[in-house]
Amino acid sequence: MTARAFEPAGLSPAEGREAGASGAGGEGMDRDGRLVAVAMSGGLDSSVTAWLLARAGRPVVGLSMLLWDRSAEARHGRCCGALDLGDARRVAQQAGIPHYTLRLDREFRRHVVDPFVDDYLAGRTPSPCVRCNTWIKFDLLLERARRLGAERLATGHYARILAGADGPELHAALAADKDQSYYLFELTAEQLAASLFPLGAMTKAQVRALARQAGLVVAGKGESMEVCFVSGGIREFVEAEVAAAPGRFGGGVGGTAAGSEAGSEARSAVELAAGRPATLVDSGGAVLGAGQPYYRYTVGQRRGLGLAARHPLYVLAIEPDGNRVVVGEERELLAAGLLGERLHWIGPEPDRASGASGGGGAGGAGAPIEATVRIRSRHPGVAARIHPRGPRRPDGLPDTPGPRDPLDSDRAGEVEVEFLEPQRGVTPGQAAVFYRGSRVLGGCWIRKRLG
Amino acid sequence: MAQTFVYLDHNATTPLDPRVRQAMLPWLGERHGNPSSLHRFGQAARNAVEEAREQVAALIGGRPPEVVFTASGTEANNTVVASVAGGGGHLLISAIEHPSVRQAAARAERAGVEVSRVPPGADGVVPAAAMVAALRGDTRLVCLMLANNEVGTLQPVAEVAAECRARGIPLLCDAVQAVGKVPVDASRLGADYLVLGAHKFGGPLGAAALWIREGVETDGLLVGGSQERRRRAGTENVPAIVGLGAAAALARLEVGEAGAARGGGGAETGERPALLSALRYRFEAGLAAIPGAVVHCRTAPRLPNTSHVAFPGAEGEALLIRLDLAGFAVSTGSACSSGTVEPSSTLLAMGLSAAEALCSIRVSFGPSNDPAEVDRFLAALAREVAALRRLTGGDAATAVAAMAGSKEPA
Repeated sequence: MTARAFEPAGLSPAEGREAGASGAGGEGMDRDGRLVAVAMSGGLDSSVTAWLLARAGRPVVGLSMLLWDRSAEARHGRCCGALDLGDARRVAQQAGIPHYTLRLDREFRRHVVDPFVDDYLAGRTPSPCVRCNTWIKFDLLLERARRLGAERLATGHYARILAGADGPELHAALAADKDQSYYLFELTAEQLAASLFPLGAMTKAQVRALARQAGLVVAGKGESMEVCFVSGGIREFVEAEVAAAPGRFGGGVGGTAAGSEAGSEARSAVELAAGRPATLVDSGGAVLGAGQPYYRYTVGQRRGLGLAARHPLYVLAIEPDGNRVVVGEERELLAAGLLGERLHWIGPEPDRASGASGGGGAGGAGAPIEATVRIRSRHPGVAARIHPRGPRRPDGLPDTPGPRDPLDSDRAGEVEVEFLEPQRGVTPGQAAVFYRGSRVLGGCWIRKRLG
Repeated sequence: MAQTFVYLDHNATTPLDPRVRQAMLPWLGERHGNPSSLHRFGQAARNAVEEAREQVAALIGGRPPEVVFTASGTEANNTVVASVAGGGGHLLISAIEHPSVRQAAARAERAGVEVSRVPPGADGVVPAAAMVAALRGDTRLVCLMLANNEVGTLQPVAEVAAECRARGIPLLCDAVQAVGKVPVDASRLGADYLVLGAHKFGGPLGAAALWIREGVETDGLLVGGSQERRRRAGTENVPAIVGLGAAAALARLEVGEAGAARGGGGAETGERPALLSALRYRFEAGLAAIPGAVVHCRTAPRLPNTSHVAFPGAEGEALLIRLDLAGFAVSTGSACSSGTVEPSSTLLAMGLSAAEALCSIRVSFGPSNDPAEVDRFLAALAREVAALRRLTGGDAATAVAAMAGSKEPA
C-alpha cells in the first residue's frame, strides 16, 4: 500500500517543496526533510495514524507529550494518562517506529489549563481542545518535531488539508459525525503546510477496522471524551485549582469587555471561588433567589437552577463582577448574533459580499463576509454575515508564546457575527468557526451574545 | 533502510557477555531446582548459588558468607537505608547518590530520621572533608557511592570510611557503577556495606549483591523463608545468580584482582579498564572537532568508560533523539519512568543551571565497543549537533560564552 491510499490526492502544496526544505543538508541527513513525526496520544486514532504512515514506508517517528503529570490521577481512557503513553509506546513497537515522550506539562499548564480555569472564573465556558491544538500540538510540538529533523507533523484529527489557490486549506472530515475541523480553526496556512491528517477521509469504523487488522493493542479502546486533564467534575476541578493556588488565576487571560479591569474582576472572581452563592436574576434585573457560585453555571443550562416558574428557565448570562446569573425563558436565549474577538483567518481574508446583503450595504471594505458559522463543536451551522470591526490581527502566532496570549487584551480582531436565523446557546468562551462548504475559513472567540 | 546500531549506554545496562550466557544456559534449560530443597535437584541448585557467591566474594575481596544476593542494586541499597528508617537519629548521604539511596533516605526522613546531603564540588567529587565535617554523634549511617552513575566521578570512599570506622558509624558504598570497570576491594575501602549489580558488567538483569562486613547486623527488607542466612527471603533467582557469578569471575580476570584498587598496589590492573580508557580517550580527543563541546568533570578521577559532555546550543533531548534515529544509543544520565528527558541531577548538584545540564549527554562505553564505532559516533555527533544548532539558531560560540568558565573545553 502506498501513501496515496490514505493521503487525499493533492494533499498539500508543501509536498513538492520537501526536497529543498530547511534543516536538511550534509551527508547522512537523508532522513531530514522526509521524516514525518506523528503525535501519539495512545488513543485509537493517533495509533492508526502512526501505523498507516509506517506501513506507507516513510521514515516515521512517534512523539507523545507528557502534558499533565499527575500519576495518581492517571486512568485508562484519558488522553494524557501515563497508561495511555504506555499504549503509545507499545503501538510504536507494533508499527516498528521509534517513539519518544516529550515533556510539555509546564507549557500545557500555561497555555491550556490555567486559561481554562481563568475562563470559568470569568464566567466563560472554555474550549481547551482548540487552545491545545493552537498552542501545544501545532506550535510547540511541531517545533520540537522540526528540531528532530521532521518536516511534517501527522495527527489523528478527522479533518482534511487540501491544496487551494492561495495555499493549503483546512476542510471538514468526510465523515461529518467525527469531524474535528472546528478545533483546528486557529491554525495558520504555514502550520497546515507542515501537517498531515491521514484520517480525514476515513470513518471511525474504518479506522477501528484497520486497528483490528493490524492487531494494535488499542483496537478495542473507547473514545476519549470531555476534558482530558479533568478526571472528575469540571466545577470541582476549578475549585481545587483555585484552592491550590489562589494567586495563579484571574491574571487576565483577557477577552472580557473591560480588559483594563481584568485585575479587579480577577480578585473578585477568586474571592467568589471560595463558594459565595450567586444571585439569580431575571433579564429585567429582578432578584429570583440565591444559587450556587456563578462559575458552576453554563449559558443555556436548564437543570439545577432550583427555581420554581411557570415556564422552564435557562441561564442566559453569567456576570462574575456582580456575582449574578441571569436566567430567563427559552425565547430569551435566542441571539441575533454574537460579538467575537481574536478573529483569525487561515488564509487571506475571504471575499466580501457583493452588495446585495444588508448591514453595511455596498460591497468592498465595509461589506460583510458571508459564511456558515458553527458556534460550538456539534452545532450544525447557521448562515451568517461577518463584520470585522478592528484591524486584522497579525498572521500566525508569536514565536515565543508569552505567559498568556499577548493578543488577548488588544482590540484587534473584534468581530460582529450576524445570524440569518436566531440561534440559542451562544456561549462566551466557545469558538465561532466560519465555513464555506467543507472549508474552514477561520473563526473567532465568542465574547457575548447580541440581541 | 539498513541501519546498524551502536550501543553507547553501558552505564544504563550492558549486553549479556556471551560467556556469561553460556554459563547460564543450563539453568535456563535442562537444569532446575530450588536451592532450599533437600533432594538432588535442590542440592545442585544450592551448589550453583554458592559457587556464584564465592565468585562474587573473590571479585571484591570479601568472604562468601558476607555476600547476600538480591534482585537489584536498588533492593540492596533500599535494604540498608531502610534498616535505619525507624528510631530517629541522623543519616548522612552525598547529594549525588543514586535515586535508590536518595529516595530511600527521603522515606527515612519522613519517618523521623534527620537527613544531611553533602553536595559535590564543581568537579563532581564530593569532598571527603565535607562528608566528615557533616558527621554527628547520632549519625547512624553514611552513604557514599564509589562511582557516580551520571558523570562517572570516583568518590573518596576510603577516606570517609576510615573516619566512619574510627567513630563506629557504618558506611554504605553503592559500587554498582564501579564494579566490573575498576578494581574494587570492599574490605580495603573500609565500607560496611557494598552494593554491586550484575547487569552493569556483562551479567544478566535480576541479580545483584549486597556485601555486608562480617559482624554487621542488618534487618532484611524481605521476610519469609530463611534464604541468604535470613537476610533476604525469597527463592533465589538461580539462573541470574549463576550469571552474576560468571560475570564476576570474568571481571576478576579482566578488570583486576581485588587489591589493585587505586593506591592499592600489589595485584595488576586488568585489560578491561585499559580498553575502556582507550575508547574514551579516542572519543574525548575527537570532540575537539565539535565547536564548544565541554567534557564535564574531566580533571576529576573518573570511571574509564564514562564521558558526560555538554554541547552548548544543542538541546540534549533533541540530540539524544536525533542520535537514536541515526543509530547511536546514548543517554542524558537521568532516566525517568515517564520516558522523558530530565536534567542530570548530578550536574544540577554540581551547580550547573538546568539549561546547561539540559544540553549534555552521557556516553558510556563497554568492552564490546571498538574504535571504528567511536569514529562513526564522532562523525554522527558532529553532524547532529550542527544540524540541531542550525535548526534552533543555537550558535556555539555564543552559547559557550554564556556558560560558566569552570569547565575545561575539549
